Amino acid sequence: MRKIDLVVIGGGPAGMGAAVAAYDAGVKDILVLERDHRLGGILEQCIHNGFGLHRFKEELTGPEYAWRFEKELRAREIPFRLNTMVLDITSDRVITAMNSEEGVFQIQAGAIILAMGCRERPRGALNTAGTRPAGIYTAGTAQRFINIMGYMPGKKVVILGSGDIGLIMARRMTWEGAEVKMVLELMPYSGGLTRNIVQCLQDNDIPLLLSHTIVEVHGKERVTGVTIAQVDEKRQPMMETARFVECDTVLLSVGLLPENELTKKADVPLDRMTSGALVDQRRMTEVPGIFACGNVLHVHDLVDYVSEESEIAGRGAAAFLQAGGAKDDCHITVKPGKGVRYTLPQRICAEEETTVFFRVTDVHQAVKVVVKAGDQVLQAKKRPRVAPGEMETVKLTAKLLAEHKDQTLTIELEEA
Amino acid sequence: MYDVAIIGAGVIGSMVARELARYQLSVVVLEGAHDVAMGTTKANSAIVHAGFDAVVGTLKAKLNVAGSEAMEEVCRELGVKYQRNGSLVVAYRPQDMEKVRELYDRGQKNGVRGLEVIGQEELRKMEPAISEEAVGALYAPTGAIVCPYELNIASIGNAMDNGVELKVEYKVTSIEKKDDAYEISNGTEKVQARFVVNAAGMYADHVAAMVGDTSFSLYPRKGQYMLLDHDCVGSITHTLFNVPNELGKGILVSPTVDQNLLLGPTAENQEDREDMATTAEGLQMVQTNALKVVPSVNLRGVITAFAGLRAVGSTGDFILTSPMKGFWNAAGIESPGLSSAPAIAKYLVNGMAKQGLELVEKADFNPIRPALHDFSKMSIEEKNEMIRKNPLYGHIICRCESISEGEIVDAIRQNPPARDIDGVKRRTRAGMGRCQGGFCGPMVTEILAKEMQIPMEQVTKFGGGSYMNVGRTREEQSHEKD
Repeated sequence: MRKIDLVVIGGGPAGMGAAVAAYDAGVKDILVLERDHRLGGILEQCIHNGFGLHRFKEELTGPEYAWRFEKELRAREIPFRLNTMVLDITSDRVITAMNSEEGVFQIQAGAIILAMGCRERPRGALNTAGTRPAGIYTAGTAQRFINIMGYMPGKKVVILGSGDIGLIMARRMTWEGAEVKMVLELMPYSGGLTRNIVQCLQDNDIPLLLSHTIVEVHGKERVTGVTIAQVDEKRQPMMETARFVECDTVLLSVGLLPENELTKKADVPLDRMTSGALVDQRRMTEVPGIFACGNVLHVHDLVDYVSEESEIAGRGAAAFLQAGGAKDDCHITVKPGKGVRYTLPQRICAEEETTVFFRVTDVHQAVKVVVKAGDQVLQAKKRPRVAPGEMETVKLTAKLLAEHKDQTLTIELEEA
Repeated sequence: MYDVAIIGAGVIGSMVARELARYQLSVVVLEGAHDVAMGTTKANSAIVHAGFDAVVGTLKAKLNVAGSEAMEEVCRELGVKYQRNGSLVVAYRPQDMEKVRELYDRGQKNGVRGLEVIGQEELRKMEPAISEEAVGALYAPTGAIVCPYELNIASIGNAMDNGVELKVEYKVTSIEKKDDAYEISNGTEKVQARFVVNAAGMYADHVAAMVGDTSFSLYPRKGQYMLLDHDCVGSITHTLFNVPNELGKGILVSPTVDQNLLLGPTAENQEDREDMATTAEGLQMVQTNALKVVPSVNLRGVITAFAGLRAVGSTGDFILTSPMKGFWNAAGIESPGLSSAPAIAKYLVNGMAKQGLELVEKADFNPIRPALHDFSKMSIEEKNEMIRKNPLYGHIICRCESISEGEIVDAIRQNPPARDIDGVKRRTRAGMGRCQGGFCGPMVTEILAKEMQIPMEQVTKFGGGSYMNVGRTREEQSHEKD
């Protein structure tokens, strides 16, 4: 069986960033496996701008952002295979992959970085009643039809879910001449970035109906309309508010799910809250030598954060290989406390400065982000506003970590 | 002039067609929809019933047991997945065990093999995830599961490979008896045949009325279902029915041959023969009842919900009648219709033979239809052999179910050819997985357009006006003008 030091599964921003970082940290024998016919992942269909503000201090389109990383990959002559599907990985790091040229082949990898991204929740996951006509798409599918293939999925659109892709597609379809009637959001707040609500909806006079959902889809062949209704605090539709809205297309932007089917095949334990692997501060999963980064690990709102995380994973994999595959003892556990949905990483194995990413459960104004060990408050930081749609971070210093070995750190919100 | 015209390419019409394909006959199948398997066959419980449920002495009882016995061999020949997983009719109250014993007795009279009444302990051993309320069950080891549309597609495909003709989008509007033949019309094209089989599913009573037979009527009964992802099957191996009691029939929980978990159906009588919409109440009822059977069932794993219609006949039994020489009804084929299908086909062919249809065997009849390549289940060597012959097998289009471009192209080229997105889905499972075509939908649209040599905007989800796209984007239009 062919042996390769580091195999990166996925050639999107996470995979490319990880491969480049691992290379720069001294790993030269790398292979990137990408299922699509080009590198870049989902960024290739994200032709709007706004990418890279954090990292490059400029506004790039998705393909431009991806190209920055592809250039780095190419400059280092890191090999990659396109149109290649990974069919299986094992916990002892045997990868089975397939493409048209080489057929099915296996690789024994020294380390693996999982960077397969995420997928959109489909209608079925929502239990929306009604018929099953043509014209119901996830926002990402509509984006592919329009931006990659040049076809309009419909002309009169209702969008369910105010995730970022839904907001972006509301604007995109409007610009392409479609009538976007409204964006419905089940929650009392949007899951998207504020800038997208302003630029995509408000600038195009598209109403955002909070605490609303679709209760029934109509139409036999093609969608002819939807019945919408307001929901109560328990998110149950109030049928007295139900009304019919005519449309030929329903776009769903109701959440993203890390795509961890391969991860499960390798028996990598997952976090129920992130739907991604449990990792340490280097982004190593609980299976030694298997790392994860990007949206396969947890869903990010900015690709800039994906790049940051992929570099951590790339360097982590390099360190793992250079240490001959030794596994550090993890002695600090990081857990979400009150008001926090998840934290990442979930474990810390070294006393080095670590940024913990987390998401809150609700919208709050003026809160304190508190790091605790037991009842002891270790540090607190004021935040004017937090929302589930925007990832938060807290930095833990090397000193703090050294002082709290073998302890559980909790990250929670307190009233400021 | 055909020897036989079959109206309807559901599982009954298709199995009759395959049965007739054995003989030196000219046979045509007329299907109103854009594809085969679009009516009652498309959405049902996918069960091959053992045969203990039907009333003793009815056609349902007789043909269910015979069909169930024949099914495994039919599936083997047709390359269709079939699994004799056994079924359990579970009682949740001590007083319901009486009904279990009643079903046992009825099964014995119907000639069902291997039935057993089992107690709580044994039941728990067989199905550890079952509700703690369960007190016992009827165990039917001959109960099985099969995919109804796969069986349907394979039957008509094999019939076509052996010379049967299929006309889709042929909606019969009139039938006229002429001397020794029937003249069928859809308003524009006439088809003449000596024998007619009316397997028109939900509309079989309308078709029968075209020749003056108003001896029965049909009414639709809706069944709503939920389908769960592969990892939700867990330890469940049997088909779990409820003992019917005064509280209702409950719903079944069953693995499918494709290793999903199926929950349902509801049973709602309605007027509309087209309404297959799910309802909030119906889906709620399915969930609530599924939790009563298997409390640990992971409802977050639902990947789709759908509804189907059963064509319930006014007689209570299958309506396999010949109101006039040469014309045969196959109507009211509700449950256990799928289970009985192989036996119904033989019954009808025998009936026609008695009325003078000459059954002279074809020397070159080939009963075998190779399975649509179950590529994902092949060994590495087999896969590489396939990819060497056709590199398209190495290109995965549907990630969730690992379906390659080669398999999709095959489905469009083989009998009966897939002509729309749902047709590809039913034949290959591309789009059947957890993302429900989110990733592969655009690519399958492209492959269909290319293979069928039609513009992208003419590709449909299931024929008619179910277009996937409504035209080019502005940007593309401006390029086209340049």
